[in-house]
Amino acid sequence: MSKKYEFIEHTADLGLKAYGASIEELFVNAAEGFFDVIVSPKSVEEREERVIEVEAEALDELMVSWLSELLYIHDTEKLVFKCFEVKRLKGNQVEAIARGELLDPARHEIKTGIKAVTYHQLYVEESEGGWETQVIFDI
Amino acid sequence: MPTDIEVKKLDDFRWLLPKKGKMRTEGLVYADERMMAVIRKDASLEQVANVACLPGIVGRSLAMPDIHWGYGFPIGGVAAFDMEDGIVSPGGVGYDINCGVRLLRSGLDAGEIRDQIPALVEALFKNIPSGVGSRRKDLRLSAHEMDSVLVKGAGWAVSQGYGSKEDLEHIEEQGCIAGGNPEYVSQRARTRGKDQLGTLGSGNHFVEVGYVETVYDEAAAEALSLHEGQVTVLVHTGSRGLGHQVCDDYIKALLKASAKYKIDLPDKQLCCAPLASKESRHYLSAMACAANFAFCNRQLITHWVRETLQDVLQTGPRGLGLQLVYDICHNIAKVETHNVEGKARKLCVHRKGATRAFPPHSPFLPDEYKEVGQPVLIPGDMGRYSYVLVGTETALRETFGSTCHGAGRVMSRRQAQKVARGRAIVRELEDKGIYVRGAGKGTIMEEIPEAYKDVADVVNIVHQAGIGKKVVRLRPMGVIKG
Repeated sequence: MSKKYEFIEHTADLGLKAYGASIEELFVNAAEGFFDVIVSPKSVEEREERVIEVEAEALDELMVSWLSELLYIHDTEKLVFKCFEVKRLKGNQVEAIARGELLDPARHEIKTGIKAVTYHQLYVEESEGGWETQVIFDI
Repeated sequence: MPTDIEVKKLDDFRWLLPKKGKMRTEGLVYADERMMAVIRKDASLEQVANVACLPGIVGRSLAMPDIHWGYGFPIGGVAAFDMEDGIVSPGGVGYDINCGVRLLRSGLDAGEIRDQIPALVEALFKNIPSGVGSRRKDLRLSAHEMDSVLVKGAGWAVSQGYGSKEDLEHIEEQGCIAGGNPEYVSQRARTRGKDQLGTLGSGNHFVEVGYVETVYDEAAAEALSLHEGQVTVLVHTGSRGLGHQVCDDYIKALLKASAKYKIDLPDKQLCCAPLASKESRHYLSAMACAANFAFCNRQLITHWVRETLQDVLQTGPRGLGLQLVYDICHNIAKVETHNVEGKARKLCVHRKGATRAFPPHSPFLPDEYKEVGQPVLIPGDMGRYSYVLVGTETALRETFGSTCHGAGRVMSRRQAQKVARGRAIVRELEDKGIYVRGAGKGTIMEEIPEAYKDVADVVNIVHQAGIGKKVVRLRPMGVIKG
């Protein structure tokens, strides 16, 4: 699949459409797109990693929980991530590794701060070509 | 996506959305012809109709002229729900719980300090943490102290020497929403909030030094101790990561509650719980804590604004006379008693991107504002102006005592960045006499004046519709952005 993700815009908010050949790839691409909103991925190096485990009631809600968990780590530990590896994704649970580094204002220019990942117009769908999701952020 | 929803023009400033489908009540939008054309460009009218579908809604689903598309509830929306058969919805308050504005007046004249604005802005930028990840190194709270912040709000800051008792009298709810129980605030929310108390944050938050440019109503201005040429300071920020996490936690909890209580949701982001349920009691308690965090945040920032001005202008507190005019919330749900068809009813009023605007003689006002009504603070974009209004009887009667909250964006952030690319925005503003300092170049580009509606258009509509009364217009001289 050529396109990993694209931004969708509304006047006050910003969203993301992500694609993947598999559900695992979808979660990886959505996370990459999510951090591309915050900081330019080219400026981020892989120096730290975090293991992430989240679960939810439904697959679409799992997407929100996954990105919210990354946002929580970003907000509390001041980490920015660029590389993700989904180890397991089953029964609305995801286990993954995120790699990145500590936020360094000298090297990382913050593009847009994200306050939250919303459930508004949220979907995670499988189609003929693979998987697709849409998530809207509060910024 | 443009909307084809049916609207009926009631008068020059009021538009009705007739009851259709699952709507339990009508929608009412405050706008003129021109604004209505802008509003129709996004799906916000459908959101007004969606809110009208929620159980126990009392009166109409209301929209202010600065309405724009939000997630679930529109931004610029007001809706009241019956305490017995109505609901509360975290999405109807928003992620930035008690995002709000406060205005300080001074004893200074704009002419006296104009030359010192660059120095003042640089000092404010240094002393008030702005942007992602910055904080004051000298403010470290224990878990116990954080509990006090969540329960007492601005009162905690005052008890620690940040400001005075007079400040508290000039804040909506005296800077503390009752019923906050820190037990209902998750550890995650506390962790996110820990380093963010006393910080401005990013996006549209700001501290602005300006002056009274125009007085529309001499008597009302005098009652608010405002006069032409007087230096003022506006502070706009909210509950930071703590509030965002409280909203996030309770949206998750209330998604489950909506299923449990069999509430039909047109959009997951509208999830809610009956006001009579324990889920809603817990949310309202956590929301009060987050609101109190925000009141405390603005109080701390005010203290540092006062310190900075004293320092840079080499003037004592008395010479500066930086007194709080008022502090208002614009993302909140409040339990209030309103007169509905001749009967006093206890309601849960959601204001998401809307401001309380209580009329003269309201028991909720400080004594010196009893005759004039509640000050309403409406910030505009950083290049134009902001307004001070007062609340009215019409607002109390028609909108549960609510009015607009700001300009509202017309351009998305990326669109604004494109328009701003290659331009020296800071320089352009300097040429207009406005000195701006921001944490990120991106923020200043996203916040260019033309990315917003002209707040004058918004304010003129609420003024002419009678749900707010113009008092003065403020002009910025120096701005710090997150």
